[in-house]
Amino acid sequence: MIGSGTGGGQQIAREDASGLVKWLRNNRRALTSTLFLIVMLIGFTMANTDVFTQFKTYRSVMIALPVSIFLVVPLVFVVTAGEIDLSFPSVVGLSSYAFVSIVDQGGDPLIGIAAALIVGAALGFVNGILVVRIGLSALVATLGMNFFLRGFINILVEGFSIAIPEIRGALIHTIMADDTIIIAGNQGIPNQMLWALAFTALGIFLYNRHSFGVRVHCVGDNPESAAEMGIDVNRTRILVFVFTGVGAALAGIFSVMINFVWWPTTGDGLLLPVLAGLFVGGTPTWGGIGTVFGGMIGTSIVAFIETGVIAAGLTGFFTQFFYGLIIILSLIFQRFNGGRVR
Amino acid sequence: MKQKHNDFIIELRNVTKSFGNVNAVDGISFGVRPGEVVGLIGDNGAGKSTLIKILSGVHPPDSGQIIVRGREVRNWNAAKSRDAGIETVYQDRALAPQQTITRNIFMGREIKNRFGIIKVNRQYQEANRLMREIGFTSKVFDPDSPVATLSGGERQGVAIARALYFDADLIVLDEPTTALSLVETAKVFGFIENVRARGRSIIFIGHNIYHVYDVADRFVVLDRGKVVMTEDKSNIPAPEVLIKHMQEIAELGHAADASPA
Repeated sequence: MIGSGTGGGQQIAREDASGLVKWLRNNRRALTSTLFLIVMLIGFTMANTDVFTQFKTYRSVMIALPVSIFLVVPLVFVVTAGEIDLSFPSVVGLSSYAFVSIVDQGGDPLIGIAAALIVGAALGFVNGILVVRIGLSALVATLGMNFFLRGFINILVEGFSIAIPEIRGALIHTIMADDTIIIAGNQGIPNQMLWALAFTALGIFLYNRHSFGVRVHCVGDNPESAAEMGIDVNRTRILVFVFTGVGAALAGIFSVMINFVWWPTTGDGLLLPVLAGLFVGGTPTWGGIGTVFGGMIGTSIVAFIETGVIAAGLTGFFTQFFYGLIIILSLIFQRFNGGRVR
Repeated sequence: MKQKHNDFIIELRNVTKSFGNVNAVDGISFGVRPGEVVGLIGDNGAGKSTLIKILSGVHPPDSGQIIVRGREVRNWNAAKSRDAGIETVYQDRALAPQQTITRNIFMGREIKNRFGIIKVNRQYQEANRLMREIGFTSKVFDPDSPVATLSGGERQGVAIARALYFDADLIVLDEPTTALSLVETAKVFGFIENVRARGRSIIFIGHNIYHVYDVADRFVVLDRGKVVMTEDKSNIPAPEVLIKHMQEIAELGHAADASPA
């Protein structure tokens, strides 16, 4: 912000202050979820100081959390565009199957990655066609796709899983899923976490500074206006589904890299935690606005709940109870950020 | 004023558009010359809005030709219409209320580099300049405010700012004075005079015949999807005459003593 120059130093100071206020206001949804994560971690630390002052606790969360982050970032775009995609768990499964079967047969992992990305993008495109061109409800069509694709996986492999232990030591695995930044002993920040953060940064940039992200906002806010202003609404909508497919493929590749095993159920069980993270993070359900950073924070909140509940000395029976409690509490806090404006 | 066809900025030839069984636009031919203000009038359901949405590329016509500066354009759409220098200020303002003023002004035509990365600061500064030019008087004067915080007149201002920024050759104003205060209406008229003075053209759609009579150089009257009258202002001595024609059209389907188009 540049002062108009007429008011001198005082004016500039005032505008700087209002700039901070503006920044807080514009990012209030992401800030709310970040604050919520911090408060939650403080609470867990008070409940079990031993566990929550050790690096390995955080590391254990950071091993699998990236898989959710690769999903939540594009899903923020989908929800902002006024759509929803419930097929991503099976897209994770099928695209990572493409990766794992190529590596298993001695293929180059890079070709496997490319194949997984193509499968993910193609499945996202199919979702887009079903919703945008054929006009099916996104909720129902992608839910149907989720069942259909999982069923397809089951028919394909008849329950068998595929292990690729040979990927350990391969350069691509070292780059993607080893610890490079060592924090304590021989343990460090898993590389997949760094990739997930880089992906989040890319998502934030795309969402706020690139014409694709800005058009996603406009389409979700008011599709008629967007069309009147010459935005290709259908193309934008299809692209968000393709983006989610690509995100799901990345999530699937990382899942296999982390576990060295692909199961026919890979991706299952991600549906609800990732969606919960998305909304807990501050993206509202109605479209037009959202926060990629908040989505990343929201999935982190969800990921820490289980660890926190167990570490606090409660049994696993309490996990779901706290999932629900924290989701509802955080949504109540987000509610203070205002409802939909028209 | 020259009357040759190739003088038109944009011309529709024999354009039709139907929705189901309704022929909303039924073979309309119509053109706009540089520097003129065309008053497009007609009763509810006459086809004004459909015609405007064909012109602005929102509705593709079922048949007929669209000719821009003497050259036919195929696969006409909203982006092509804007590229042809046509900016439409829609009745509903075509705004995304949760987005900032800046984002709304540049919706669909962002200032960006060839990688699609938006020049955020440039857009902000341009939005700031445009808002001053239009004369935003509100205290919450900030291009980063969401449009939802603006009054009806200010929202109209944002819609007009687009036309200003892109320096359109033809500005289509669909019911621009609806729901505006007297002061805001006067601002819209001032804007029209400005555009005319710069040699740009306007299509003005209005229910209020007195408003249309005041600003237009030429009147085009629609009825049930057809052009039933085209007349220069010089042949219409007073708005009351225009109203009389309109009443005849409503009763007879054509004007009694004006040349039917």
